[in-house]
Amino acid sequence: MNETRLRFEVVVVGAGPAGLAAACAAAENGCRTALVDDTPWLGGQIWRGQQAHPTIPQAARWVERFRRTKASLLDQCTILGPGGRRVLLADHPSGPRQIEWERLILATGARELFLPFPGWTLPGNFGPGGLQSLAKHGWPVAGKRIVLAGSGPLLLAVGGGLRKMGASIVSINEQAPLSRLISFATGLLAWPAKLAQAARLKWTLRGTPFRCGVWPVGAEGGEQLRAVTLSDGRRQWMEACDLLACGFGLVPNVELPLALGCQLDDEFVRVDPWQASSVAGVYAAGELTGIGGADAALVEGEIAGLAASGKEEAARRLMARRAAWRRFGADLGAAFALREEVARLAAAETVVCRCEDVRFDRMKSFAGWRDAKLQTRCGMGSCQGRVCGAAARVLFGWGMESVRPPVLPARVESLCADFLTDQSPVRK
Amino acid sequence: MLPRDLQVTPFPMADQIQLRVNGRTVSVTTGTVVAAAVALAGQTRFRRSVGGEARGPLCGMGICMECAVTINGHAHSRSCQTVCEQDMEVRTDE
Repeated sequence: MNETRLRFEVVVVGAGPAGLAAACAAAENGCRTALVDDTPWLGGQIWRGQQAHPTIPQAARWVERFRRTKASLLDQCTILGPGGRRVLLADHPSGPRQIEWERLILATGARELFLPFPGWTLPGNFGPGGLQSLAKHGWPVAGKRIVLAGSGPLLLAVGGGLRKMGASIVSINEQAPLSRLISFATGLLAWPAKLAQAARLKWTLRGTPFRCGVWPVGAEGGEQLRAVTLSDGRRQWMEACDLLACGFGLVPNVELPLALGCQLDDEFVRVDPWQASSVAGVYAAGELTGIGGADAALVEGEIAGLAASGKEEAARRLMARRAAWRRFGADLGAAFALREEVARLAAAETVVCRCEDVRFDRMKSFAGWRDAKLQTRCGMGSCQGRVCGAAARVLFGWGMESVRPPVLPARVESLCADFLTDQSPVRK
Repeated sequence: MLPRDLQVTPFPMADQIQLRVNGRTVSVTTGTVVAAAVALAGQTRFRRSVGGEARGPLCGMGICMECAVTINGHAHSRSCQTVCEQDMEVRTDE
């Protein structure tokens, strides 16, 4: 990866399940393919740590399948945004890169949704998936008392994982009511693999309180979180803990698709049956097109990779499987839909934008995201609204309007690279 | 240079590496991210916000920038996405 300008037929952004499947499908069908990822690891967030310590056979199979292809892996490579026609600008530890593509498959995945409540900015409050990722890479959790709160199947999965690493799980608190989870669990009967997974988790977490219809309303501590206050809508109580893992589900990473001009449906990238976006030559697969989990992402990735290689017939044969996993995703979304209360947890003085320390009462008076940004600088710090923009959508109903590159923070030397000011045509 | 099999095995063992967090030496296993090394050094505050509040990692996935520290002189580096290397110099609160 020492060339500053790289050229491929198919470029896949994101090495999670969708990206791995897309890169495999494209490379196996003879396309000169590159798989680009921000991290040094394969597998994305959901399969993080699987390369070093494989525990999920499905993940190991896909990583191995990718290794057998001739695809190039550009890891630790952060995509900054489009850099001209069919070119991406990227930042790599060894310097800036231009990556030319003929077909581009976006598999940028999702991040956790964080909703502000008093004390949520204290060190010691993590996203559940974030804490799990950090723990897999050495963050000390053994012997720590951990409360999990928020929403989604990730709470149980992370609780189980942390307990196996020696953490003491104080409680798991799901905001969705028990009635909805019971009907979702009944629906799981149609998904034996998922049911078995849930049963294994329940066994790992035996003895840990799992509550439905409970959410966090505050966190206490001076410079470090010490306790969390929970509520069931009728009463409130405090639980002492060392760490809080709190996330309210997932939001798609659509910054790069937006910068490329892809149209969205609601908050997700709009795709056709071939996973093609509204921009010619640009495909999207996985969580950024709808939250469906790793299985939906794999089949969408495969369809995108096949379609980008001109193998429409093979892609068509996977569409029934995709429809089934998308139904599973829709059931999941309905079961874990957010209750109104969790959008009203911030107090007047609660920081909503953590980068610029913009408080709730300063933001709430504006009509929309753009106005609030211009007047308060919310969303203009180093995370570029990835945390508070998603929260503002839930808190105030504001939509994200546009994105400007760089879509992730970049070193100035990368932005000042010669080729950015070079107006000459692409060298062939 | 000695043939490979005669070289002295470096001590400590290769699967442990040492780095410094605010001047304090921390020993971690290979594959540990810098954020974890900061925590292992007993440091809970990674940075101060523009309003002076204590902050630490939130997302663990390279998105929120709350875990930003200075690594080998590079300010605003994402400690959750950077794997520890031998003799790395990490500073928080910068």
